Formats: sequence, C-alpha cells, structure tokens
Amino acid sequence: MWTVLGPGWGRGHALALWAARRRLPGPRPAPTREPAARRFSSADLKEKLDMSGFPVENTRNFSIIAHVDHGKSTLADRLLELTGTIDKTKNNKQVLDKLQVERERGITVKAQTASLFYNCEGKQYLLNLIDTPGHVDFSYEVSRSLSACQGVLLVVDANEGIQAQTVANFFLAFEAQLSVIPVINKVSIMRQPCYLLFSLPKSTFSISAKLGTNVESVLQAVIERIPPPKVHRKNPLRALVFDSTFDQYRGVIANVALFDGVVSKGDKIVSAHTQKTYEVNEVGILNPNEQSTQKLYAGQVGYLIAGMKDVTEAQIGDTLYLHKQPVEPLPGFKSAKPMVFAGMYPIDQSEYNNLKSAIEKLTLNDSSVTVHRDSSLALGAGWRLGFLGLLHMEVFNQRLEQEYNASVILTTPTVPYKAVLSSAKLIKEYREKEITIINPAQFPDKSKVTEYLEPVVLGTIITPDEYTGKIMMLCQARRAVQKNMMFIDENRVMLKYLFPLNEIVVDFYDSLKSLSSGYASFDYEDAGYQTAELVKMDVLLNGNIVEELVTVVHKDKAHLVGKSICERLKDSLPRQLFEIAIQAAIGNKIIARETVKPYRKNVLAKCYGGDITRKMKLLKRQAEGKKRLRKIGNIEVPKEAFIKVLKTQSDK
Amino acid sequence: MAVPGARARGWAAAARAAQRRRREERTGGPARPEPASRRAALYVHWPYCEKRCSYCNFNKYIPRGVEEAAMRKCLVTEAQTLLRLSGVRRVESVFFGGGTPSLASPHTVAAVLEAVAQATYLPADSEVTLEANPTSAPGSRLAAFGAAGVNRLSIGLQSLDDAELRLLGRTHSAGDALRTLAAARRLFPGRVSVDLMLGLPAQHVGPWLGQLQELLRRCDDHVSLYQLSLERGTALFAQVQQGALPAPDPELAAEMYQAGREALREAGFRQYEVSNFARNGALSTHNWTYWQCGQYLGVGPGAHGRFVPQGAGSNTREARIQTLEPDNWMKEVMLFGHGTRKRTPMGRLEMLEEVLAMGLRTDVGITHQHWQRFGPQLTLWDVFGTSKEVKELLERGLLLLDHRGLRCSWEGLPVLDSLLLTLLPQLQEAWQQRTPSLVPGG
Repeated sequence: MWTVLGPGWGRGHALALWAARRRLPGPRPAPTREPAARRFSSADLKEKLDMSGFPVENTRNFSIIAHVDHGKSTLADRLLELTGTIDKTKNNKQVLDKLQVERERGITVKAQTASLFYNCEGKQYLLNLIDTPGHVDFSYEVSRSLSACQGVLLVVDANEGIQAQTVANFFLAFEAQLSVIPVINKVSIMRQPCYLLFSLPKSTFSISAKLGTNVESVLQAVIERIPPPKVHRKNPLRALVFDSTFDQYRGVIANVALFDGVVSKGDKIVSAHTQKTYEVNEVGILNPNEQSTQKLYAGQVGYLIAGMKDVTEAQIGDTLYLHKQPVEPLPGFKSAKPMVFAGMYPIDQSEYNNLKSAIEKLTLNDSSVTVHRDSSLALGAGWRLGFLGLLHMEVFNQRLEQEYNASVILTTPTVPYKAVLSSAKLIKEYREKEITIINPAQFPDKSKVTEYLEPVVLGTIITPDEYTGKIMMLCQARRAVQKNMMFIDENRVMLKYLFPLNEIVVDFYDSLKSLSSGYASFDYEDAGYQTAELVKMDVLLNGNIVEELVTVVHKDKAHLVGKSICERLKDSLPRQLFEIAIQAAIGNKIIARETVKPYRKNVLAKCYGGDITRKMKLLKRQAEGKKRLRKIGNIEVPKEAFIKVLKTQSDK
Repeated sequence: MAVPGARARGWAAAARAAQRRRREERTGGPARPEPASRRAALYVHWPYCEKRCSYCNFNKYIPRGVEEAAMRKCLVTEAQTLLRLSGVRRVESVFFGGGTPSLASPHTVAAVLEAVAQATYLPADSEVTLEANPTSAPGSRLAAFGAAGVNRLSIGLQSLDDAELRLLGRTHSAGDALRTLAAARRLFPGRVSVDLMLGLPAQHVGPWLGQLQELLRRCDDHVSLYQLSLERGTALFAQVQQGALPAPDPELAAEMYQAGREALREAGFRQYEVSNFARNGALSTHNWTYWQCGQYLGVGPGAHGRFVPQGAGSNTREARIQTLEPDNWMKEVMLFGHGTRKRTPMGRLEMLEEVLAMGLRTDVGITHQHWQRFGPQLTLWDVFGTSKEVKELLERGLLLLDHRGLRCSWEGLPVLDSLLLTLLPQLQEAWQQRTPSLVPGG
C-alpha cells in the first residue's frame, strides 16, 4: 500500500506510508564504544580545550526536529547521557529546555546547543547537536539553525503520527538538502499498530527516548548517514550566527557555526550585517554549558564573546569574518519581521517602571520582539510590541509573568496591514508609496489609497477525516482559500489553506482544536501580502467616537466584529442615569448597535445609625473611582470595560 | 412586672396619654426650647435574637440564655454615661432596635426610659419606638411594653407569604403577622409601622403587589419598603452563590419599588424618605433625626452615635461606635461606664457630606436654612449652582435646586446613589476652592 502523496512530495525521494511495526529494525552488531567521559572528564574540561584534534571528517552537525511533545527534548537528554555529556540520573528532564515555560509547555523556545564527544569504532567524533525552537513562529531561527547542520533526526510520535508541524519541519530540512533520519518515538507505549509515516530511502528507527531503547543506534546512524560539513580550515573565517543570548556580566554571547577558517581569542572580527568590528574575548563549545576552548575550527559549533552590548548586534543569520578579510556573507539573512502586534499595559500604572524593566530584560535575550512606546487614554502608558507569531507572543507574556512577576493587559493582537498610497501629498509625507499600518489610528482614507494589503500565511492542517467538513467550514468562515487537500494515510487528511493572518491570530487554533476534539494540528508559514478590502470601523457611545476602540477590519467581517465589540461593551458598561447607545460604524453607516438601559433603582434601602458610616464610605470610594473613569461624551467608561473589549479573548 | 420608681411610672402614664394624640409633622414645626446642640435622639441596641434570619448581617447573637439583669444594668449605665458626656438636655426620641428587642423584658425597656428621664428631659410625648417581631400571641406582651413607656411599634412583618417567610428564616407566619399588626393597632393606634421586603429571589411583581394591597387594607399609618440586599456571610447569600436559589433580579426589584411607591401614594401615603411612607403625619421622628443629621446617642453593643461630647468640653461632633460583642461590651461598661470602642472626630466637610447624602433621601431634601446650619460659609448655590454636571441632572429632571433648597424629584429618588456620585465630588471641589487654606476634610 504505497501511496504517492502528490507533486510537492517528490523530488526523487519516495514518500510512502506503511505500518510502523513492519519496519522495526532487526538486530544490529553492537558497536564498540568507550565512554567518552573517560577521555574528557570534567577535570579536563576545566582546562582550555584544544579543538584542533577534531578534524572535519570526524565532525557531525545535526538537529532534532519534531512536532510539539513528540519527544525531541527527551531524546536529546538520552543523547547527552549516552555520550557522557551529562550524568545519567533520573533528573535529566529536558536538560536543554532551560526556561520554565519550555518545561511547562513542552516546547522549546530558545535553541540550545550541545557538543557531544563520542567514541565509535576507535575514532573520536565530535557530534554537535543543535536544538531548534519547536514552533513555526520561529521558523526563521529554525532555518538558520538547520543551515549549520548537515542532517536531522525527524522524530515522530508513534501514537500521534505525522502532524502539521512535522510536515513543516520536514520541508525546512528537505529544502536545506539535509540528510533526514526518521525516528519513531514512544514505541514502548504504542497503543495500537498505527499507520504512519512517509518513508525516506533509508531505514527508520523505532525508539523509546524515555526508556532509552534503541537510542544508541540513532547515534550510530548520525555518524554513518550524516555527512561531515563541507568546510575548509584554510580559508578565511566565515561564521554563521545562529543564536544569541545576553549575559549581564559578559554581554552578548553569540552561538556560531564555522563554515570556514579558525577563530580564537584576540581575533578582530566584523559583522557582515552591521559592519561593526569587535575583538574576540572568548571562544568555546557548549557542553551544554559554556566551556571555553583555545580556538574553534571550521565545521565546529560553539560560542563567541566579543564585546557586543546588545543582541541586535548579533542577529540570527548574520555572518562574522575576520577584519580585513571580508568574505561573501552566508545566504538567507533576514532581519526579524514581526507578524503580530499587541498592546501591552501594566494593570496598574504604578507598575509601569517595573514592567518597563522586565520588558527590557526579556528583549535583551530576544531581539525579535519589537518594542514601541504607546499610550491609550483608557489603559495609560504602555507599549506596542511586535512578535514573530502567536506562540511567541504567548511565551513572551508568560515569561513576563513567571520570571518577572509582572501582570499585564495584553490587547487583542493585530497584524501589520499595508496601504498603497495614491495621494501625492501622503506619499511625500511618508516618503514611500507603500506604508505599513500598525496603529489603526493611522489608517489612511480610501480616497487616498490605491489598495490595501493584508498579510497572508499558508496554513497546514492535518486532521482525522471525520472532522474535515467542519474544518473546511471553519476555514471558509476565516476567509481562507483552499490550496490543496490530500490523504496522508487511510484516515487522515492534510489540508493547505491560504489564510489572511488576522483571521488566525485570535482564536483560530482554539476553535480548530475544539471542533476536532483536539486531534487536528495546525501550522503556518509566511506567504506575503494580498489585496484586501479593509475598512476602518469606529465604535460610538451616544454618537461619540471611542478612540481606543477604532479597528481595521475586512469589509466582510465588519458586521461580525462590530457586533461582537458592541456586545462585549454592553456586558461591561455599567448602567448610568440615561440610556447608552453603543454603535459600530463604518464612516456614517451604522453596522451594529446595542443599548444599555438606564438605572432604575440604585439607592440603598436601609439607612439608619450604623448604615450611615458604611454608606458614606462606600459612596466616597465610588466617587473616588468615578474620577478615574474615562469620559466619552457624558458617559463614564471604567477601565475594565476597555480591558474586556481590548483584551485577548482566550475563552472564546 | 413592676416598673421601678414612681417617676418612671409617672413618665409612662404621661406617655400613654400622649400616644393618643395625633402629632403634626415635625419638619418646619415650631422652634423647640433647647438649641439643636443640646438635643439628641437615643438609640438602644438589644443584640439578641431567637434565631438567625437568612438575610440578616446585623450585629446580633443567638444566646443560650440571656443574663438580662446584667444587660439591663449595663444599658442603663451606658445611657447615663453617654447622656452626661453629651451634655444633652432633651431627648427627642428613643428607639429600641436590634437584634429582637421585643424579646427583652418590658422591665428592661422601662428601666432605660426611667434612666433617661432622670438624667435629662424626656418629654411625655417623645416618640419611643420598639422593633417587634410578629408572634402567635402578641397582645399581652405588647400591652406590657406600652405600660413600660413604648408608644410606637415597628413590626418586622417582612412578607405576607408563608413560603417567603420560610425563605427569610423568619419564625412567624403570615397569620402571626396580621394578628400582631391588629393587636398593635388596638394598643398603639396611629403609631404602628410595618416593614415589607421586596426583591426576594424568585419573587414576582404581581404577587408582591398583591401582598402590598393586602397590607394596605390592614396597616396603620406607616409603612417601610425595603429591597433585599444580599449580604456576604448570610445563609441567603451562600444559597444564591451555590445556585440553590436564583439571584434576585434588580430589574424586577426596581419595578416592585416603583409600583409599590405608586400604590402607597394612591393610598394617601407620603413618601417622606427613600424607604419610608406615612400618612396623617405619622412620620418617625427618630429616623428623621438621622436624615437631618441631628445628634444621636447609641447605647448597647455595636450601637452607633453621632454627637458633640459637650459634657467633656469638646465642640467637635464625633462618630462613635460601641464594642460589638455583648460580653466584651458589658465588661467595658462595668469597668468604664461605657463601651465606646471607636471615636472619630468629624470634619466640617464630612458633616456637609452627610447632610447631603442623608438629606436627599427625604422628600423635603435639604432646605437652604438646614444647609446653613452646617455650612454657613458656603451656600447650596455656591456649591452646586455653577456645575455643568449638576446642571445636567437638573435638566434631566432628576434633581431640583430652587428657592426651597436641593432635593430629588420623584424620578430622581430611586437613583439617588448615582446622583450622589456627581454631587459629593462637586461638594469636595467647592469646599477646597472656597477654603484653600484648610486641610481637606478639616
């Protein structure tokens, strides 16, 4: 039962489906192996390592890619143990996932790298495991990490099979022309012989990363099936920055992969992107903690500290070369491009400075978050932050809460729309024809615009067939255009849709999960911009525009969005002495309306002796609170009402 | 059940004669001999109940046995101490509240009244009210209270529906309520008030109006309508929280209130305060004192008072609270002659705020004359005449500001708390502008 999956899957590789249990590898001759720890004890590692003894042909650079929770980090733990990089104890759980949110959510946010020393058949190998972020929000980071590799372990959960992210990751590796070693994980708890998997030419490994079953054979395969990097020690230095972190005392620590040449302490290096020159203070390998070495050689992976003060000086994808020995920069460099924007405000303005410092600290380690100061009449001073994607935003928010104990109001995410200007005056003003609109208040009028553009993404959904109908309805409701649909096994379907990004930023993933009982998986990649009929929608209270609720929406969605905002406002606006008309309007046209009826009775019934003190206290507190209310016309709007309308809706 | 002392007997007899007289409305009545600073109302708190009502969060205790003699002694002592401290020369009214003061013996009531009459001038026609719960055999006991000097009854009838009474945790039935009302009217004609609650869980407008109509056929000249407020810590609150009972619907309550006040108006009642209705001039003078920010002394556990302790040489009004728990309170009274737990001096602005918030609860509102007594340096026109927000309320017809003073309209009264949220900050602002050198509230 071999099924060809469609044109996109070809390129000479046979992709097929088969029952996983049919291909459980047979017994292999056990390789001879000396424990690596004997040759590189921790005492030795305190000395500066000489890395010249690892020739390119004994070096392998590889990565593990997997869908969330398919066991990538657990496999990494076992590899670290097997090679003696870390002691084998029961406590090794996701050793490379250092952040609390990574361990909690079972995702990798920040790439981690470990150099493993492995002795196989008398040869000492240097295996560089480059752990990649586990979500497509970070696909650029993943692609840079992969460009430092020659092969990947593609891990698939035996019970769950291929998921949307597996496909996305596979293509990333495939496009980078890497050797792919398929690994089926969790075979020990496989509930039923399930039908899985596309095949690659060579055999697949069935392992249990948790128990360590068959993991050693994976290590063998890394050596046998992944080629050594094609690099030259003799050429001038050419190093790829694939990650960077910030250390309070030492400045920026850049993770680098050497494509050519050698780098050592004292070298003068130049960033191809910024053209700034630095002196190298320290080089070393990650073991997985930093371990300084005398030098790093072509083909090797490690870290470098060179007096960079800001992570933006060591941008992912940048090329470093020796001063006065410029080289052709490595291809594929892009500056981080935020795809999702959201306002962030302290719950209480007195927390502003604390939050500011927390955001500064977090962005020191994450240059992909863009930060602009913003202020809202209702929510006070805050920021407009740009994120790579939704997960990135959630993770950032969660880290703020967990690591900095900051509680924030995060407004509904928006996407960067564009407008192609037709008005000569505006073009002169903006100095460009095509402008990006981040704040709805800057939305130019239709009369001054040739067209509006919205960002789109190519989404991949993999689902059991029974949910296909519902999912297709959901996608249609989100203005998505179907691009492809195919069965990937007997009962699972892969759907490809072109989505307007703003249609998936709020609650798409939750809807998808709930209507498929959690079975469907979703992933997406950037697909540029498309023309869109966008309109600016105002929200009015008794005829007065509420500035903080101005929204840019697609024409077809205006009614729905307008209705939802009006309803939410109705639920959260306290009654007043008069009727309040809540309206959503496009220009002069009212598209939705709700009414808040006036108070009929709100006077405390009893008021004698002891009640008087209580009542006066209550009244004064209310009067005090009223002073802080924002007035729209004569309507008092509490902050909570704005929060309710502006805040990310997670319960919908 | 002998009433101690000839003088008390004399006072009780005079009071009985006085209760037969219809009295005229007190407001705008003839000036009384003592200045306001030498007059006060007296509240006496009886902290015990037979059973806990499901809606009540008042300061009350369900004792196994009451040491009434000790309690009586302490109430008398504290009344004497506070009267001396206040320098009050005339007590205008006495109100026995609770708790369930009708569970106290008439002897205790008589003892307190006698002490008051001995310490100060308690005119024979002073209003002496007792809160009474309906019982199955009310007659003789109510008569004994009358003999002790009580001349007005406030009956906690609450509802004429047995199911609702059970929901409220009351010990009486609708039949008990009507019997007690009838007996009270015989003994205290023209001086009986009844409380009726509205806005109970699952209560509907029609049947509730039916209860009110029934009550109007049976009642005397005073009715109080109270909307149930769910108080944290009560059984009813918990039941609603747990979903065992539907939450009271504020819309329906508003409808009941509106329909109720209209029905009472048609029956000839004057709504002289948010919750209080009277005909034939049968207003409660005691409560009127609260709303007019007159002085009052609070005696008994947890009682509140507001008076100038002139007897101690002070001329600043204080808000006072007595110790809450009866046992502790008694110990303190025995040791120090009183159980005052908290004394808070009231600033001039604070007084004006109370004048405003309390005065507007009444139908006459705040007259210019009344305002002048508390804030001679700032007229009502000064405070509210120029405010844009106040003007809006006047234009909406919720509030009236004219030659008589400031008051709520018929439409404005049910939403007074919202009006106050505009008026109170306006008063504070005007006060600060007018007296910039003074500390706010000072």
